[in-house]
Amino acid sequence: MGKAKAAGARTKAPAGARGGRARPNPNPFEVKVNRQKFQILGRKTRHDVGLPGVSRARAIQKRTQTLLKEYKEREKSNVFTDRRFGEYNSSMSPEEKMLKRFALEQQRQHEKKNIYNLNEDEELTHYGQSLADIEKHNDIVDSDSDTEERGALSAELTAAHFGGGGLLHKKTAQLPGGDGERPKSRRELIEELVAKSKQDKRERQAQREDALELTEKLDQDWKEIQALLAHKAPKSENRDKKGKPEPDAYDMVVRELGFEMKAQPSNRMKTEEELIREEEERLKNLEADRLRRMLGKDEDENTKKPKHVSADDLSDGFILDKDDRRLLSYKDGKMNVEGEQSEAASDGESAEEEGANSSEGDTEGSSGSDGHSDLEPDADSEEESERPKWGQRRAPRNRSTSGDLEAREAARTELPYTFAAPESYEELKSLLSGKSVEEQFLVVERIQKCNHPSLAVGNKAKLEKLFGFLLEYVGDVATDNPPDLRIIDKLVVHLYNLCQMFPESAGDSIKFVLRDAMHEMEGMIEAKGRAAFPGLDVLIYLKIAGMLFPTSDFWHPVVTPTLVCLSQLLTKCPVLSLQDAVKGLFVCCVFLDYVSLSQRFVPELINFLLGILYIATPNKQSQGYIPVHPFRALGKNSELLVVSDEKDTATWQTRSLALLWASGLKAPTETEANHTRLSCLAVCLSLVKHCVLMYATLPSFHDITRPLKALLTEHLAAGSHPCELQELSQSILTEMETHGTHCQPLICEKSKPVPLKMFTPRLVKVLEFGRKQGSTKEEQERKRLIHKHKREFKGAVREIRKDNQFLARMQLSEIMERDAERKRKVKQLFNSLATQEGEWKALKRKKFKK
Amino acid sequence: MEPDGRGDARRALGRLLEAVLASRGEANAVFDILAVLQSEDQEEIQDAVRACSRLFGALLEREELFVGQLPPEETVMAGSQGPTRKYKVWMRHRYQSCCNRLVELLAHSSFQVKELALSTLMKFVQLEGIHPLEKPKWEGNYLFPRQLFKSVVGGLLSQEEDHSLLLSQFREYLEHDDIRYHTMQAAADTMARVTNGHPEVPLTFWNNAFTLLAAVSLPHQDSDLSSFYVKHAQLSDKWKVTHLKEHRKAFQRMWLGFLKHKLPLSLCKKVLVVMHDSILPHLAQPSLMIDFLTRAYDIGGAVSLLALNGLFILIHKHNLEYPNFYQKLYGLLDPSIFHVKYRARFFHLADLFLSSSHLPAYLVAAFAKRLSRLALTAPPEALLMVLPFICNLLRRHPSCRVLVHRPRGPELDSDPYDPGEEDPAKSRALESSLWELQALQRHYHPEVSKAASVINQLPCLPEVSIAPLLELTAFEMFERDLRKKGPEAVPLEFIPARGLLGRRDDLCAQHFTLS
Repeated sequence: MGKAKAAGARTKAPAGARGGRARPNPNPFEVKVNRQKFQILGRKTRHDVGLPGVSRARAIQKRTQTLLKEYKEREKSNVFTDRRFGEYNSSMSPEEKMLKRFALEQQRQHEKKNIYNLNEDEELTHYGQSLADIEKHNDIVDSDSDTEERGALSAELTAAHFGGGGLLHKKTAQLPGGDGERPKSRRELIEELVAKSKQDKRERQAQREDALELTEKLDQDWKEIQALLAHKAPKSENRDKKGKPEPDAYDMVVRELGFEMKAQPSNRMKTEEELIREEEERLKNLEADRLRRMLGKDEDENTKKPKHVSADDLSDGFILDKDDRRLLSYKDGKMNVEGEQSEAASDGESAEEEGANSSEGDTEGSSGSDGHSDLEPDADSEEESERPKWGQRRAPRNRSTSGDLEAREAARTELPYTFAAPESYEELKSLLSGKSVEEQFLVVERIQKCNHPSLAVGNKAKLEKLFGFLLEYVGDVATDNPPDLRIIDKLVVHLYNLCQMFPESAGDSIKFVLRDAMHEMEGMIEAKGRAAFPGLDVLIYLKIAGMLFPTSDFWHPVVTPTLVCLSQLLTKCPVLSLQDAVKGLFVCCVFLDYVSLSQRFVPELINFLLGILYIATPNKQSQGYIPVHPFRALGKNSELLVVSDEKDTATWQTRSLALLWASGLKAPTETEANHTRLSCLAVCLSLVKHCVLMYATLPSFHDITRPLKALLTEHLAAGSHPCELQELSQSILTEMETHGTHCQPLICEKSKPVPLKMFTPRLVKVLEFGRKQGSTKEEQERKRLIHKHKREFKGAVREIRKDNQFLARMQLSEIMERDAERKRKVKQLFNSLATQEGEWKALKRKKFKK
Repeated sequence: MEPDGRGDARRALGRLLEAVLASRGEANAVFDILAVLQSEDQEEIQDAVRACSRLFGALLEREELFVGQLPPEETVMAGSQGPTRKYKVWMRHRYQSCCNRLVELLAHSSFQVKELALSTLMKFVQLEGIHPLEKPKWEGNYLFPRQLFKSVVGGLLSQEEDHSLLLSQFREYLEHDDIRYHTMQAAADTMARVTNGHPEVPLTFWNNAFTLLAAVSLPHQDSDLSSFYVKHAQLSDKWKVTHLKEHRKAFQRMWLGFLKHKLPLSLCKKVLVVMHDSILPHLAQPSLMIDFLTRAYDIGGAVSLLALNGLFILIHKHNLEYPNFYQKLYGLLDPSIFHVKYRARFFHLADLFLSSSHLPAYLVAAFAKRLSRLALTAPPEALLMVLPFICNLLRRHPSCRVLVHRPRGPELDSDPYDPGEEDPAKSRALESSLWELQALQRHYHPEVSKAASVINQLPCLPEVSIAPLLELTAFEMFERDLRKKGPEAVPLEFIPARGLLGRRDDLCAQHFTLS
């Protein structure tokens, strides 16, 4: 405090001095006015009025404080060091200094003086109440007696402290008198007293500690035997309580109330409708988000962010440096920086939690509501995988429904319940190989559950890796001969779940496999000039990528490269066999699924479908269509899809194409091949119809579909196809006809009028008026420095001169003082001598008189 | 056993060689050596070739071969000349037969033999150049073994076999100015000889000829014609071989001789690829190429695209007047243009041709309209290039802006543009609008969509250079998309996946089954 006051005083003093100058009406005789020769507008005069008296006084005061001190201590070697913390540290504010000092002091107090002293721990709390207090509360009786005891201070002590001083005073009063037995001094007495009381205290403490120790030991013993006396507990409690006074019922209630966990206010249970509404709301939000990304709005927003435009901007698009500051903004009441990551994460979390905690009814409900009867086994297996985890008590409900299920159940129980996450692909493969589809599904699920990121630190990385391995496994399964696509069908669910958890790494894995595939294709193109359709695995990767990520985004880090990949497949791979046609049609399907929501235009797709139609057209004399790149107008593959035997047309039935077929495992008979051709054509036509419906709103729809029209009329004219296909073609043609052409002339967007160029005045920093202008910046700076140096030098010389004058004055005054002293002393001596002389003379005179 | 036998044979050959070189009396041993040349075994042939090389090399250096017009063997032998003259004539005949055999060996099945024969022949060429076998007609006459060299080139330009490997060996001799000069002459003669009277010349010959012709590259400056294969004490200014002008003449004669024939299309493409770079600048009269280029330009397809480059140089540098050039260029635009290998080159040239601001508006509009019509079938990498191309056209020619900006225009029932019309003037493109670009604004690729959206605020943006976009491949695009990082986290699909084929209403699930 004193320190602070001193600091305050110090800061106040100069303020006062300054204030003196600014006084409203100083003594006119003390003021010196510097007359100005010219009045210059805009120039601030600083030295028009001076107070020579005040400034001189200030200078002298300063010198006495510094120079004089130095001068006086010039031959002293002892130094007074101020070790107060941060006393001379000007970078610290006084408050900081105080705080720090206080902290240091506290620390010093709290430092353990003795490592065996355990009582000096910091205070522990329980539910915000101090543990020490609680303890006290427990031993009320003890502490009471203790305080009583403590309250009784020894008489001697009280005597010494309060009013007993008389005794002491008496003793001290006696002190000068009696010399024989030297009594103790007051200090010694007090010390004695203090020592005594301390000893007392120590003894008491030791006693209490002993007691505590004994109690604890007793507790320990009691606990040991409590297990044995499980039933006889009440009795033994009674016996125990004999030692202690029985707590009051009231006390017990009070304590119970005190320690009772306060129930947190919780959300009320939501009703069914509310839950549904909430889910609907969530989906609506997600959909809105998807739409925003589809239109690429936010990108536009980013680019159209109003920027500061200088008046000197020539609006030529030149920007010196990009402003990459990220501005804090709020969107929908949320901070924008977090973006969707947290949202996605929380989504994944909640989904996961749902998966983990959902009751059986829940899962059943959801599967039931979806109405996918073929997906039932999924839900079942999910249930069953959870069941063994939480004990066998919950008996599988549908065990009795079918014996087959029972058998599977038995097989499943053989699987271990926990799996370590595989560290390498081989490990995963060995885990999964030789197991049935359901088992594989189960294994992956268990791996996922055992290594949930909330369970241990490294699990996140493990599961991220698991995604990559699973993807590789899917590829491997797809390249098998024959591929077991049902496994992939199941694993896709896991891939989706994992992807929801780790979108970044999942995206990277997908990108990695796609890059591999594209690299291979690029190599082939460079070597041979064309590429073959890749294996089923790549097609499946492409399909999976579309399921994991939203395909309708305007730009998406994973989906956009995938789209390029799909387009490459359609433009670079010529159709050389029926398998190629099936693969190509699958790619078309995937592509159309990708753009089904965003309704985006895919030229390659139209080209490919046209090509397929073209190679299914038997005689090509009279048509106005020339196929583009992967297809050739003439050549051995130009009639690949033409049905070779008319009879097969009659036996053909509409059915879906088998994806298995694309892996090309069987060489079909001619009839089967013909049927596949017709199926391909059917798929192609229905895709064409889809395209026609989708692109009907495009401005140049008729230009896009003109070749389609030509080819379809050709098909119809040939009339060799089954009637379903003919009908389909006819319906496509009528669909095309119904869309009339409206060619609205294009009009550019109105651009904002370009603002007139304005020129801000060129600002030149004027350092000094007059001669300093007109040179370069460095020159000016140099001149300024020289000038400054000169002035400083002059000032310093003046100061030194004044210092010397001051010192000389001091020395002079010292000398004068010294001389005056000497004079005084001499005078005194003379005085005394004179007195002596006088006295002596007087004595002498007396003698003579006598 | 085998190596011993070969060693013996080699030693025997060595002994014969020594004997022939030592005394003229043993000259008949030459027959033995030449007999080995006819052998079937390639090792033996190689040994014999080496022996011949040493033998006749030494004889040429010693000048023991007859110099001058060679009389028939029988007349000399029967005549009453001196024995030395008889020996020289006889030996020259042996040399002749040896050379003939070596030229035959150029068509041998083994590449080592071919290579050895070629190098031996070239060694003979060099030695014969230094010690000519014909009498100089005057002082300082330039003599080169033309006969021998012509037979070498004739051997190289085989009609039966593809000699590209051997020709690549021969390429290093072409570094020498004299060899290059005589090769050009010999090649021209050979081609004239082969095609004379044979209407059907095999493809192999053309391929060989092209390989040889393409290997010839003339220097650009006159000054450095001094590296001669046949070393001469001093070069004379009177020799044709020392003048670049003569070289150019020979070069032109050779190429014109080659190109006047009806070449297969693949070869035509190859010639056109190197035309602008390594043929046209070296011709004495480049305008003579016009026949070939016009013919190629009329063929159509990729060949036309390639011919464009040569034509451009002729038009640009040599004042070629080409009627209906733009109409033909317009005719070249068909859907395949975005898929051919020479797309970058074509669009680079098209950009040059259409860069003139003196072109009529209807022409530019027709080009823009046609390109945008074609863009409806183009892959994304081509779109990224052609969309800025179209926009550049519109920016360069403000009168064409009506294609994207026609305020108060009447609503039309159909597009007035006629895609089938070959004459751009009659295509009515100026009455149309670029609705195709509007359609492409809904292209699936974001960058294409953005590029197409440029037409919305066309007037205020400056022209962009398409040079960096010309060579863009889909793979590069793919890589670029992969590397691009979004500002936010990866968005996820919120509809959970149920199975591989997706939801029931997905097209995949409709048309495909798993098994």
